[in-house]
Order: sequence, then structure tokens, then C-alpha cells
Amino acid sequence: MSLLLNKISFKPTEEYHLNDISLKFDSGKMYTILGRTLSGKTTLLKTIAGLQTPDSGSINFDDTDFLSIPVWKRNVAMVYQQFINYPHLNVRDNIAFPLKQRKMDENLIESEVKEAMEKVGLIGFESRKIQELSGGQQQRVALARSLAKKAKILLLDEPLVNLDYKLREGLREEFKKLFNVSDESNSILIYASTDPLEAMQLNGNIIVIDEGKILQSGTAKDVFENPATAKVAEITNDPAMNINKCLIQDNSLIMNDSVQIQIPDQLKSIPNGKYLVGIRATDIYLDDQGFAFDVEISEISGSETFLHLRNNNLKCVATIEEVKTYNTNEVVKINFDKSKIYLFEESGELQHSPYQ
Amino acid sequence: MPRLYTFLKYFFVVLWACFVIAPFLWAISTSFKDFNSVTGGATYIPWLQFEPTLDGWSVLFKPGSQGGINIIGPYFNSIFVTLTASLISIVLGTLAAYALSRYTFKAGIVKNNDITFFFISQRIMPPVVLSIPFFIFLSSLGLLDSLAGLILVYIVLLMPIAVWIMVDFFNRVPREIDETALIDGCNPFQAFFKVVLPNSVPGMLVAGLFCIIFGWIDFFFAFILTFTKVQLLPVKIVALNSSITPWWSLSAAALVSVAPLIIVAFIVERYLSKGNLSGALK
Repeated sequence: MSLLLNKISFKPTEEYHLNDISLKFDSGKMYTILGRTLSGKTTLLKTIAGLQTPDSGSINFDDTDFLSIPVWKRNVAMVYQQFINYPHLNVRDNIAFPLKQRKMDENLIESEVKEAMEKVGLIGFESRKIQELSGGQQQRVALARSLAKKAKILLLDEPLVNLDYKLREGLREEFKKLFNVSDESNSILIYASTDPLEAMQLNGNIIVIDEGKILQSGTAKDVFENPATAKVAEITNDPAMNINKCLIQDNSLIMNDSVQIQIPDQLKSIPNGKYLVGIRATDIYLDDQGFAFDVEISEISGSETFLHLRNNNLKCVATIEEVKTYNTNEVVKINFDKSKIYLFEESGELQHSPYQ
Repeated sequence: MPRLYTFLKYFFVVLWACFVIAPFLWAISTSFKDFNSVTGGATYIPWLQFEPTLDGWSVLFKPGSQGGINIIGPYFNSIFVTLTASLISIVLGTLAAYALSRYTFKAGIVKNNDITFFFISQRIMPPVVLSIPFFIFLSSLGLLDSLAGLILVYIVLLMPIAVWIMVDFFNRVPREIDETALIDGCNPFQAFFKVVLPNSVPGMLVAGLFCIIFGWIDFFFAFILTFTKVQLLPVKIVALNSSITPWWSLSAAALVSVAPLIIVAFIVERYLSKGNLSGALK
């Protein structure tokens, strides 16, 4: 069984919210839609759920025309970024709601609800009111409700963003387990996220979307190693991959007047010309012999420090593997791992990846 | 500093409470006075400062032939008209508000906000403007001086309030709740009745409270659209006025007429503080 999206477009205003999207989702697999805010992730999920009708294109699920089926008969489940539950019902009734709606047998509902509650760890909270739960627990209820439905398509729209850091980490681990469980039920799992790290950790197929257009789809490893365009490289890395204009001329790679390097061996075959050079923040390191950059901002993130650096018109972000405070306009010397350089055409297409 | 703040807070609360409660106490004591006690200077404490009497109250329940005004009939008329009109206004207003909040309407340049404004604009107009049209309208329907006619007019007056409050309420209820209901297998009607409506009770109570207050205190239309057969409380009370203003029975009448509002306000307030008005729908 598979879900087929064929040339879906949605243009409510002047701008495309979805632009000619064709995708194939196989059951039993997990897909992560990765894109920035307002890139069209939610619209795509809502279109699959049936809450939004596209202007053109078709959706087929298992040979049925999905677009002719109204939302309430599509048998999909969706978890929102906000914690959406039914405030007038207690936890058990919230989870049982879709099953009751389906007029399922009472005893069966009881066991299904229990199973779902066990999966998300809500046993003991059956008769609590939604308002009496913490954010994380509320989201678990929403998740349990969508699991109990045993829907063929499970849509998760950034389900973890509104949780605090620790809860997010914990729930993400549980998510992975849950996904493995739901693999057996052969449902299609579509997870929207803005966080590249989260997408990589979930380790499914990644679909990169921007401005309503699919930029690349493939396995997490593939998207990470061979981003199709400079845009993909920016979206799929956190901090975004540093993309700068460069010139390849006479065996040297020139980024600006002061930052120039001998062309590394693996790039020797590349013809002279203008390119975009991509360097991951993690591939930049402090080096006394390196290039001098001014610190614009330094932010401490866990055990690392993100340095926003500038050398004339050249800007980059470096991840430094230690916690240290840098002053603004302090001069640091950096260098980068020359074997990890990406090259993109000026138009953005990948020209060279270190993993090729 | 916090201590000063607490002191000031309670000081002003007490001040305000006195300001609100004093007229009631005054009216209560006045209602038990007679002519001499009222005109004989400021007195407050019964038995000590003046001899209490039930004359002021008995006038309200005596029939006209014995010099009273008998407010019992008008009292029930007022309750019936106010409650019926409020109930219908809330039902219709809630449905209208939900549609205005969730669906997009467009007819030329007229859009959702314009329709909402149309409802509210009914209350912007001074009531006097409406009096003659209403009179002609009801007389052509043969509904002058009848409960049905009054209910009809009050629905026109009260529904805008209900729509206004409920549109605002629904706008604060996340759309995703409706959407989740749809995804969970409800058709749009089931989503409204099974999910949205049970969560709208606080909003409907507030709307109901306002409808009841505005319906109950209306004098103008009750005065213009009724004559003898059907009379509402505010109109009847005015009949008390004569060459000597009977402060004692006016006070009694004022207390009697404000009592239902106080009761309604207490019930609604208790429910509101229990039911987490909008916090429930975070």
C-alpha cells in the first residue's frame, strides 16, 4: 500500500503554499518532512489529512482517489504542534473519542485505549482532566489518541517543538520506539520538523521542502552527505552550512582577498570559474596559523560554542567544541577541514561533495 | 513595599464595596419607612431611629382597586420575555458566531468582518431610531401589546450581544480542535455539537448573562410596544409615581426588580470561576 501525491499545487494567494509536489509514501515506513517555518510542511500534512483541498493534482491511497473522500472518512491521525485535545473530556475519553466515533465495541475500545495509554506511559491518568496535565502529558494524550486509532496514515506536525528541552529529548527517544512498533501495523508515518538534528535522529526518509517545493528526498544519510542544492545544505544543517561565493582560479580557491587556499586534491578536476563553497560549522576549528576573523556574536549551546564570524564580506558560523566566552569584535584565527569542502554551482546545484 | 501594596489594594476594594453596597442598604432601609420617616431627616437604623412599616412593600402586591400596582403579573411577564428572548438569542447567536468565526463568507465587498459589524451595529443605533419602525412592524403583524411581539423585538436587541461575545469566544478557540474532531471521524455537524459546543458553555453563559441583563432592564421598548394587556416590570414600576414620590415603595420595587439579576450573576460567576473560561482551551 502506498500514498501517492501527484503534482499537488495550492496557491491561495499570490504565493504558492504547495508547488507541484509529487511524492510516494510506502506503508511501514517513516518520512520526515524537513523545512523552515512557513515552508509548507503543515499545509502538506493538512492536504494529506483532507483539511485543505489543493488547487490541482491528485492524491491516491491504495488505488482510491483520496481527494473525493472527506476528512472524517479518510482514517488518518494527526498530532499538532500545539497540544490539541478535547478539554471537556478526561484522558480516557479523549483517547476513546475517535473509536467511539467509529462505533467500535465498548470492550474493544477499553482494551485499545489501555494499550495506547501503556505505549505513551499515561497509565494512572485515566480520569484526569486535560487541564490538570503538564504540556508533555497533554501531548502524550494527543499521541495516544492518534495511536489508538490505528490509522493507516499518521501525521505528526512538529509534535515536540512546544515542549521543554528535557521532555523533548525524552519523548523523541520514545517516539523512535513507538515508530518501530507502528511499523508492524504497516502505517505510513509522516513527521514534519524544522530541526535538522531531529530529522537525522529519527533516521527515516527525509523530504526537504522550501517555499512549497520539494528540494530533495532521500535517506537521512544521503541528504546529509549529498545535499542536492546549497539551499538543502542550509536547511539540513544546524547551524546552517556556511555557503559563500568563491572563485576557482589557477589552482586556488578564493573566497575573498584574504581567505584563499590551495585547491585540495579532490577538487583539482573542477574547471575554473565562480562557485558557491559550502563548509559545515563543525568543520571549522581554531588554528593559530589560520585566517583572522572578527567575532560578531558568540553563543554557548550546551557543550559547544557557536561563533558568528566575519572577514570583510565573508561570513560564517563555526562550532567550537568548548565552552568559552568571546567578546564581540575579538579576532580569532580559524581554519577549516579542506577535505570536507562542498562546492555548488552558482545556481545552487551540487558540484562536489566530499562523500562522492 | 508589598505590604503597602496589599494595604492599598484592600483599602480601595473596601472603598469600592462600600460605594456599591451603600445604595442597597439605603434602599432597604427606605423601603421600610413611611412618609414621615423619609422626610424627617437622614435615618438609617430601624426601631432605633424610625419605626419600620411594611406599607411600601404591600403596595407592590395590592391590586389597583386598593391603591396598589400588583407587580406579580408583570414580574412573570418580564421573566418569561427576558428568558425566552435570551435563550433564542444565544442559540441563534452561537450558531451565527461559529459560522462567522470558522467559515469565510464573501459577497462582493461584503466579508465576514462586515457581517459581524452589521450585527454589532444594531446596538450602535440609538433605540429611539428603532421605535417607530418596530411599532409599525408589530402592529402590521398584530403583535402589539403581546408577549410574542416583545420577544421578537428583544431577540433583535439581544442577538447582536450574543453574536459579538461568541464570535470573540470562538476566535480564541483554536481551529485545530475542530480539525482534530474532523480527523477523528466527526462530520462538521458532529464536530460542532460533540466538541465545540461542550467547550463553549462558559462563553454562552457570559453571553446569556449580558442578554438577560439587557433584556431585563429595558424600559423603552416595553413602554412603547405595550399598553394594558401585557405589561413588563419596569413599566409597571413607573406607575407608582404620583404627585408625592413614594420613595418607600419605589425602593421596594427597585430591590424586587434587581433581585433576579443578582441571583443570575451569582450563579454565572460561580460557574465561570469553576469552569476556567478560556484556560480550558489553551
